[in-house]
Amino acid sequence: MDKKFWITQEPINPNDCIEKVVRNEAGAVNTFIGIVREFTKGKRTLFLEYQAYVPMAEKQLAQIGEEIEEKWENAETAIVHRIGRLEITDIAVVIAVSTPHRADAFEASRYAIERIKEIVPIWKKEHWEDGTKWIGDQKEQVAYDKKIPSEEEMRDD
Amino acid sequence: MIDILFFAELQEATGSEQVSVEADGLSVNELKTKLLSSYKLDNLDHAMIAVNEEYSREDTVLKSGDVVAFIPPVSGG
Repeated sequence: MDKKFWITQEPINPNDCIEKVVRNEAGAVNTFIGIVREFTKGKRTLFLEYQAYVPMAEKQLAQIGEEIEEKWENAETAIVHRIGRLEITDIAVVIAVSTPHRADAFEASRYAIERIKEIVPIWKKEHWEDGTKWIGDQKEQVAYDKKIPSEEEMRDD
Repeated sequence: MIDILFFAELQEATGSEQVSVEADGLSVNELKTKLLSSYKLDNLDHAMIAVNEEYSREDTVLKSGDVVAFIPPVSGG
């Protein structure tokens, strides 16, 4: 696996991401791991289903890596996102950013997860005890139809 | 012919992952109008458009062989 930005159907090992950004110039590697949460505002998730437009999603992840290189000097990024059925606590996404000094690594990995939620064509379907739903834009906290869950229920995604 | 890809909610609404339509020379916007005459797609206007895996404007003119993807609001992470 030579890619630094990729989509997988398989369980994610965070080390696969980390080892792609470790290098002599780096003094810090910051890792963000997104996992499947059971309860969102009191509503129980049974499992999630992720879908991606895979070739474009990988390009957009690489684009985020380029943006980070422009914003933080000598930063290197690797990102993997899983698709398919994910159970509670499964890892959905891992971001690893290495930089010479720690502050940049923290900031850049935060930037990466926010950008994923804006531009990368990946979608999450919630499976609840009483139904299912493809989730819409989480940054604007709006689902396609506003019945389930309420906007408030998704606010802290 | 133009290949059209649907994802997530739009995929379920159309019942298709991919369809091919005669739309050479149409703009993306004109393609949307054409689709709305065949499918009930309440959320099509909320979708971003990608042509050949790059985000594109609605006035992009399509040519044979292009792949148009309708990208509903994303929810990765």
